[in-house]
Parts: sequence; C-alpha cells; structure tokens
Amino acid sequence: MKSFRMLLIVIGLGLCSVAQAAGVDKHARNMAASCSACHGTDGYSEGGMPVIAGMDKALFVATMKDFKSGARPATVMHQHAKGYSDEQIEMLAKFFSAQKRK
Amino acid sequence: MSFSRRDFLKAGAAGIAIGTFPGLAFASSELIKKKGQRVVVVGGGFGGATAAKYLRKWSKNKIEVVLIERNANFISCPMSNTVLGGGRKIEDLTMSYDTLKKKYGIKLIKGEVTAIDVEKKSVMLADGHLRYDRLIVSPGVDFMFDKIEGLDANVANESIPHAWKAGAQTVLLRNQLEQMADGGVFAIGIPKGPYRCPPGPYERACQVAHYLKENKPKSKVLVLDANPDIVSKKGLFMAAWNELYPGMVEYRPNSMVMGVDAASKTAKTEFEDVKADVLNVIPPMRSGVVADMAGLANVDSRWCGVDFLTYESKVHPGIHVIGDAVSAALPKSGHMATSQAKICAAAVIELMQGKKPDAHPVIANTCYSMVSGDEAMHVANVYHFNAEKMAMVSAEGGGVSAKRSEMEGAFAGYWLKNILNDVLL
Repeated sequence: MKSFRMLLIVIGLGLCSVAQAAGVDKHARNMAASCSACHGTDGYSEGGMPVIAGMDKALFVATMKDFKSGARPATVMHQHAKGYSDEQIEMLAKFFSAQKRK
Repeated sequence: MSFSRRDFLKAGAAGIAIGTFPGLAFASSELIKKKGQRVVVVGGGFGGATAAKYLRKWSKNKIEVVLIERNANFISCPMSNTVLGGGRKIEDLTMSYDTLKKKYGIKLIKGEVTAIDVEKKSVMLADGHLRYDRLIVSPGVDFMFDKIEGLDANVANESIPHAWKAGAQTVLLRNQLEQMADGGVFAIGIPKGPYRCPPGPYERACQVAHYLKENKPKSKVLVLDANPDIVSKKGLFMAAWNELYPGMVEYRPNSMVMGVDAASKTAKTEFEDVKADVLNVIPPMRSGVVADMAGLANVDSRWCGVDFLTYESKVHPGIHVIGDAVSAALPKSGHMATSQAKICAAAVIELMQGKKPDAHPVIANTCYSMVSGDEAMHVANVYHFNAEKMAMVSAEGGGVSAKRSEMEGAFAGYWLKNILNDVLL
C-alpha cells in the first residue's frame, strides 16, 4: 500500500514536470520575443550584443535590477529595465535561463 | 504614365465588386490548394516576414503560411540613410527570402494582391487566388502624392526621390549627391506626422551632411519641416548638427512642402520657393493601399484601427493588420513592426485553436539613429497593454541617449544584424 502510494506520487511528479515542459509560459515568451531585435532570436545574439539565452536566472534578475536602479551604468538597458515590473523581470529570467546555450 | 493611388483604389474597388458576384471571383485558379489551416500574410517587410516566421515557429509548423511579397528581395529601411552617408551599400541591406522558404516551410508568392474578398476569405492576385482562414495584412506605408503639386510616383522615381522605402530611390539619391557640385544645396522636405520612422528625416540630414563635409564642404543641408519642431530626439539632433556640421545644416520649422517643380528642383512652401541642387521630398503617408481593398483604413481614411491583443482589424474580424499601417500611439519603426507581428502571430495561433490570446502583451522598441560615420543615439521604450484604454501605453523610464557615441554606433550595427536574423534567418 505504502509503495503503491509512492508510485502514485512518483507518477504525479512525472506528469507535473511533463506538463511544465510542454507548457511554455506564452506571456513570458511573447514578452521575451521583443528583446530579440538586439539580443537575437530567443536570446541567441549573432554578434556584438550579449547572448542572454541560457543566462543564469538569478544573474539575469540581479543584472536587470541593477540596470533599473542605476547601479549598473548602461546606454539603453536602464531605460528598458524600468519598463518591466519585478514580476515581469522574473518571468523573462525564467524564459531566457530555460534556453539551452548553443 | 504613373500608376496613381486613385487608379490603384479604383482597381481595388473593381476587384471587390467582382468578388460580390458568386462564381466570377473563383473563375480564377487557386494558386495553392488549401488543405489544412492557413494564414495568408500580405507584405514581406519587417512586420509581414516576422509574422510569417513566428506563425511557423510557434505553431510548430502546424499552420500553413503563405507570404505574398511583390519585391524579389528584402531591403532594410532602417540604416538605409547610411547609404547616403557612404557607410553602407544598398547590397549590405538586401536579404533573400530563401531561408523563410527552406528552413520554415513558408510558401512565398512573388506578386501583388489585386483584391481581397472578405466574404469568401480569399485574396486575388493577377494569376489566381488564395483562400485563407485568417489574413494578416502588413502593407507598410504608401505616399499621398496628391498632397504635393507636381510630385507623383514617376517624378519620385526619376528626379525627386523620397527614398523612404529603401531601394532604387536610395541609390538614386546617393548618385545625385555624388554628382552635385561643391557649394550645392541639398533640401529635404519632412511631412507632418504620423509618418514612418519619426527620427529618420533628421538622421538623413546628418548622413547627407556627413558625406558633404568630407567631400563637398561648401555645400548646405536645408531641412524643410512641416512640423512645428523636430519630432524625435530633438536635443541630440541639434547637438549633432551644431557640433559635427557647424554652419552646414539649416532647420526651418513649419515649412510644409506643398508643391515642387521637377525641372528646376524647386520646393514650394506656403512662404517661399526654395531652389535646391538635390531635392528630397518625403510626401505625407498613409497605410499601404492594400488595406483599402478590404476597407481597413478606418482612421481618417488613412490608418488601420486594430485590437491590440490580436491586431485584428476593427473593421473585419479574421483580418489582422500590423506595422506602420496601424493607428496607434506607437512609433512606426522596424522593431515595432516585428514586436507587433509576434503578438499578432501568437494571438492568431491561439485563436485558430479556439483559445484566448495573451491578455497583457508587453512589447519594446529600440531605434538607433546614425549621425555620422560611426556615432549613433537611440530612443527606447517599453509598451504595455492598458485594458481600460484598450491601447498600448508607454511605460515610465523610457527615453533617449544621454549623448551620441561611437559605442552606440557599434550597437546600431549589432541591432541591424540581430533584427535581420530574427526576421529572415
């Protein structure tokens, strides 16, 4: 009985992760798509601008917050960073960190 | 004889009339037999090409996409002023549509739409028709030549280029500058807004001045602006003119060009006749006339009203409009067209599955202006959907460069490389 319950939990966890993998957050994806003019499709910059695909999530959030506060100087990113809420920055971080580095 | 806008509208109206007689419209052959779910995209500029690519990418190739484009190649308008300055050749801005076909399976038809049959969900071309489930129209802008006496499409092609669509006229304008004698006058006429690329005309004045300073330093750049003041990046452009090209650029506000004399290269404003050696009159603009074939230009008979969650036309459900043709408090830029295209493509995919689109789209715009051979400045903003206003609204914190710089000049080049990759590769 106990092992059967464990099995159910394991199956449940498995289904959960499948659902998460399949269910890309489309709002985050759509929002991130606007970044590609400079940072490349899905964050894979083809030159010059930083590649943000596969960027560590915490580093992404910290960098954006530093742009937002002015702690990190920038030509343009301080203006873009201010356009997103902290929650939206988290969503962008999740999306870009989930992209595999090429 | 030029093919005027009026002729075009007449042709379009005739096409729609034919479409109302059952049978007749479908006497033409179906260019590609429609089997599954299909989206037809009209116009392969920044907006249309992006919509086509992202429809395939985000639907995992489940939706058939047919892209109709009249030109053989894609030519980028952004950065095309640098062809006048000498930093780039038009070939550097020219891209093929091949990858969209081969890598994404987009069906490309080179041709022009002659009519849209809204009822039958079909677009007509000269040699047949295409049925669609949803239609995305990305028509860019067309020029209102009738607002400037003496100017028409032929005059623009041959002697007074607007060069506001990158291509042959850009090259013509560069050639005219090369042929101009030192001490000559280059005059540019800027239309009242809204027009494509708000900072573009002022960037052009910089690029022409850059060329003249190095090659014909006794020459003048005369800016005749229909607007009461510099429309975009004002302080930065004034600083560039004063510091980089002192005494060369003269700015005249409230100077709407109302007529031209092609033979003498004279621009006529309300107050004066201005004789130039090279004359570049940018006519007032409206949505590309393809929009009129389905009566989509419902705002001042000029721009297309849309729902900003889906970019679906306010006039016809099932037809979406993106890019410069849209009536919005958004800049008419290449980046903005791609951002709109992606929101539209995402929404179309959801709608075709009977699902709801993204309820809070957020998009960004970054627009660089090259003011010399190597320096640039930008304007950047993030826009959020506002449910009360049913509109895209600019977020706090956006703005322009603190100053022009070589670093931003390099960024402008990287921007071009990455956005062209995103749209076409």
